[in-house]
Amino acid sequence: MMSVSTQDTAIRTGRVTRALIYLVLLLFGLFYLLPLYVMVVNSVKPLDEITGGGMMNLPRVFTLEPWAKAWSSAQIGVDPTGLQPYFWNSIKMVVPAVAISTVLGALNGYVLTKWRFRGDTILFGLMLFACFIPFQIVLIPMARMLGLMGLAGTTWGLVLVHVVYGIGFTTLYFRNYYAVFPTELIRAAQIDGAGFFQIFWRILLPSSGPIAVVSIIWQFTNIWNDFLFGASFAGADSQPMTVALNNLVQSSTGVKEYNVHFAGAILAALPTLLVYIVAGRYFVRGLMAGSVKG
Amino acid sequence: MGFLDIDNTTKSYGAVEVLHKVDISVEEGEFLVLVGPSGCGKSTLLNMIAGLEDITSGEIRIKDQVMNGVHPSKRNIAMVFQSYALYPNMTVGQNITFGLEMHGVPKPEREKAMHEVASLLQIEQLLDRKPGALSGGQRQRVAMGRALVRNPDVFLFDEPLSNLDAKLRVDMRTEIKKLHQKLGTTIVYVTHDQIEAMTLSTRIAVMYGGYVQQLGTPQEIYDTPANIFVATFMGSPAMNVVPATVAVENGVPMAVVELHDGSRARLPFSQQNLAAWEGREIMLGIRPETITDEDAADRKSTNIAQMVNRIVVTEPAGSDTFVTMTLGGKDVIARMRSDADVRPGADFTFAVNMEKAVAFDPATEMRILP
Repeated sequence: MMSVSTQDTAIRTGRVTRALIYLVLLLFGLFYLLPLYVMVVNSVKPLDEITGGGMMNLPRVFTLEPWAKAWSSAQIGVDPTGLQPYFWNSIKMVVPAVAISTVLGALNGYVLTKWRFRGDTILFGLMLFACFIPFQIVLIPMARMLGLMGLAGTTWGLVLVHVVYGIGFTTLYFRNYYAVFPTELIRAAQIDGAGFFQIFWRILLPSSGPIAVVSIIWQFTNIWNDFLFGASFAGADSQPMTVALNNLVQSSTGVKEYNVHFAGAILAALPTLLVYIVAGRYFVRGLMAGSVKG
Repeated sequence: MGFLDIDNTTKSYGAVEVLHKVDISVEEGEFLVLVGPSGCGKSTLLNMIAGLEDITSGEIRIKDQVMNGVHPSKRNIAMVFQSYALYPNMTVGQNITFGLEMHGVPKPEREKAMHEVASLLQIEQLLDRKPGALSGGQRQRVAMGRALVRNPDVFLFDEPLSNLDAKLRVDMRTEIKKLHQKLGTTIVYVTHDQIEAMTLSTRIAVMYGGYVQQLGTPQEIYDTPANIFVATFMGSPAMNVVPATVAVENGVPMAVVELHDGSRARLPFSQQNLAAWEGREIMLGIRPETITDEDAADRKSTNIAQMVNRIVVTEPAGSDTFVTMTLGGKDVIARMRSDADVRPGADFTFAVNMEKAVAFDPATEMRILP
């Protein structure tokens, strides 16, 4: 009955309603893409085309000069280095931070679901707390801790900060994923003679693809896009991309090279876009796997 | 001393004792089935033998070695789980050899053992597949292969057939029995299905409420159940247990039971030693197949009693027809030939094989006869 009546309605109200829905969605989509359009279009124009007005126009002269300049020769702070060294700074910070926090989150999830101990739920609750603490609160204590550990102003200091902050999220992801992972598999592996880490590496991790992708995307995006910790804790030679981009855009001397700024902003956003494009389809799958299966 | 000794073993979670003083000794090559309704403690006991659960008190010994506190992998046991628990990321071959690999067996030996087991279970063509690409029956075979390849002292089966459909379950049941006869291994098998218990086992432990209610061969359990729980749990349809009064006539004790119209039938017992119960109430246990029509009554029996009672419902099941009547105020099922002339609402002369009758004490529910 249900399906018959729905089909019936679908046929009668079909055409017009559907066209209307698509039209509205299309408009929303275009509106949403507008900033990207502005950024891309203006990053391939010579500066005088922008300052002359017509921000929305397509370029009359196409040039990649602003991209090259933003990457390798724009004035960042004192030196005309472009964003390039800071891009590598970011990579050096993001890759270990994402890897460490994901592995630790997976280990935490494994222990919290398969090696239960007294008070594990409370411990998990406390770890969840980390997801709700605003960044600003920890700035001063964290600065003091980094100083005491001799990590102030270093890339490893930033890695530590991001790992500590990310562990709450990664633990949450992996715990919920492993909660529905059959415990009989763990028991079978125990009888087979596999130890704690062997079970983790050989049985659990190979089955964790979807949730690992979720964790990596989440951590990568957050850490790459972080500005506050980078601005607060980084030294001159460990500043991440976001801080450098700010220094590029906010510089108060000389002409404002909008085309270079646009190109720089896109460069800063590219890695996260790339991660989404490569792993995005696993993202939704992983989110569903963690939540619905139980 | 048996091959596997479960010696006064108990299990408690906090202050709650879920398994009370279990005492079972299993000989080498025996097929012991732990059977009982869910929550009776049978899986807990199995997990304790496996080492997946701690033993609160008592001892479990395999080949006279105390297993308390010994890691599961060092007990030389293998377990087949209800969900099969095949590692989803490994091929069938890797699944089978994982345990050997963890025990440091060199690769050529692993391969050899794998092929032996695979040919025994006829799964050679599946060795390169992942478990996800197998059917239920195939997964079952792989799970058994994984257990067999270790050549363990004791096999533990945790409801291995529960996830299969009815037909496959019967096939695999036969398969397991064949395997046991061929290899002569010691098996402890947990199930809630009393037919599996009867068909597979050399001995059965019927469990309920954390106690072993009765331990014995399938025939003992079926013919002389220790109490009303065992009597009604084993057998399908269940044994009929109805209230009756004991009367003695010419030295022969009789069960006096109420028929549908309030009149009474007198069913003589084969055993004499019921004098102490004269005039008192008992619970009379009669298996459905011992109530038949007169023509189908067991010719070897020396004690066939007759009673005329009204048929309430008939349920033809192909090979048999199940007939329901009222006896002692309860519904009683008789298992008749399919061509017996039975019609609902009609009065019918039933033949009861009283040789097989069982009597229980209504207060303790324990068996008093035979």
